Amino acid sequence: MRVLRIFIRNFRDSLRSVFRNFSLSIASITCITITLILVSLSIVISANLYHFTKTLEEELTIIVYLNEDVDSAKEQQIEAAIKGMDSYEFLEFKSKEEWKKEMQETSSELSATLEYLDTNPLLDSITVKVLDIKDLASSAEYIRGLDGVKSAKYGEDTVDKIIFIFDVMEKATIVIVLALILVTAFLISNTIKLTIFSRRNEIEIMRLVGTRNIVIRQPFIIEGFILGVIGSIIPIIITVYGYIIFYDHFDGYLFSHMVELLNPTALIWKVSLIIMIIGGIVGMFGSSRAVRKYLKI
Amino acid sequence: MKFIEIKNCSKVYKNGVTAIANLDLEIKKGEFVFIIGTTASGKSTLIKMLYREEKPTKGEVMVGGINVGKLRNGKVYKLRRKIGVVFQDFKLLPKLSVYENVAFGLETIGMKAKEIRPKVLSALERVGLKSKLRCFPRELSGGEQQRVCIARAIVNEPKLLICDEPTGNLDPDTSKEIMKVIDSINKDLGTTVVMATHDKDIVNRMKKRVVTIDSGIKVSDVEKGGYKVHESA
Repeated sequence: MRVLRIFIRNFRDSLRSVFRNFSLSIASITCITITLILVSLSIVISANLYHFTKTLEEELTIIVYLNEDVDSAKEQQIEAAIKGMDSYEFLEFKSKEEWKKEMQETSSELSATLEYLDTNPLLDSITVKVLDIKDLASSAEYIRGLDGVKSAKYGEDTVDKIIFIFDVMEKATIVIVLALILVTAFLISNTIKLTIFSRRNEIEIMRLVGTRNIVIRQPFIIEGFILGVIGSIIPIIITVYGYIIFYDHFDGYLFSHMVELLNPTALIWKVSLIIMIIGGIVGMFGSSRAVRKYLKI
Repeated sequence: MKFIEIKNCSKVYKNGVTAIANLDLEIKKGEFVFIIGTTASGKSTLIKMLYREEKPTKGEVMVGGINVGKLRNGKVYKLRRKIGVVFQDFKLLPKLSVYENVAFGLETIGMKAKEIRPKVLSALERVGLKSKLRCFPRELSGGEQQRVCIARAIVNEPKLLICDEPTGNLDPDTSKEIMKVIDSINKDLGTTVVMATHDKDIVNRMKKRVVTIDSGIKVSDVEKGGYKVHESA
């Protein structure tokens, strides 16, 4: 009970301090707000990039064409070799007869042309799906080296470029977010430093009357937390309403249905929670830095 | 019964200044002792060591059975809950009322509000300020502010009251009133009082034990002494 009483008292004091040093608090909250808006934006972009990459991964396959002389036994050997790859997820064999039938069904001209020929000019194929999009190139290379394989293709140039761009964007986002978090922590630390100076008489009296060190430090840590959480309110509102408006405006797709956006209901609440937690933790981290450095007990 | 026991104690600051040198001092429970000396004689350092604001560099300082020199930072609060401290500059919180200033310490150690109230009212009654509990420090005279400071120091019923030049900012008449309050705390509650002062009048009038410090050395220790006695010592 005593611990709870002290905590409630310190929480009340921290809230008072936020409003007592209002101009200072506003400056910190503004900085946190700007940072968290950027963090939120980065998270939303990252999540959508991740979603797009995953969708792409599900759609991207390697089409393996076999030589004309490959018989059933040889084809089984090739399948076994593909299944032995670390990156293997699944494969689907399609004979040249199946290809012919499928093509004939899709177009009457093709059907007539293929009927006119004495022999089937098409090839048996195996569609291979790999676990990770990054393994496409190495897997295709491996398959090309197998005996009886004529070609293995996955749209090399485009896919490699997309993977590279996404990789760079993902890493850049992480670096930017980390840098912004550090800046925010520093700003909060600065605010708490000034709060410590403005409350030095109170601190001195607390020490003299036998207040425990942890109780003296607690209000400053709570104040950092409060600043962080208050600073996350506007970014959360912007994330929730901004993303819904953005999603509705583009009907859930970007660049003419090439990129499917993540559903807002699944995304916004998670991002909001993350933003609030980041705000609180960064606030506490910044204030504990100031307490360690400037609060000599 | 000894309450404070200082044995062969020295304090040398990092800049090389020796504030206290090989000091021995014993103070009994319930005693009233003046510590006098010129500016920079070491009396404030001695006072600060009693409430562990400073640590001795050599020797032993025992207060109420606690070895102050060996007390870890995290445990200092245990010592300070047994001690009340009164300063020359009052150190009151301007945004808190008289009542809140006195209750402040008890709140920060987690005492219940219903336990705090009678203690605060009793402390304010002892210093004669019960009628001004809603006033703010700026609305009080210097003497009244010092009395609030004394009430805050005694509210938790400490065994030791340390006063560092408590009348330094006050006129002679107000100083007399403050000394009356401190004397009554010593007599009525049996609180041990250690007071550092420059005030000759007070020391001469009170006829208490007087310890004189000069350049960190105890030069005299006289029962029922006065300031004049020690000037010639």
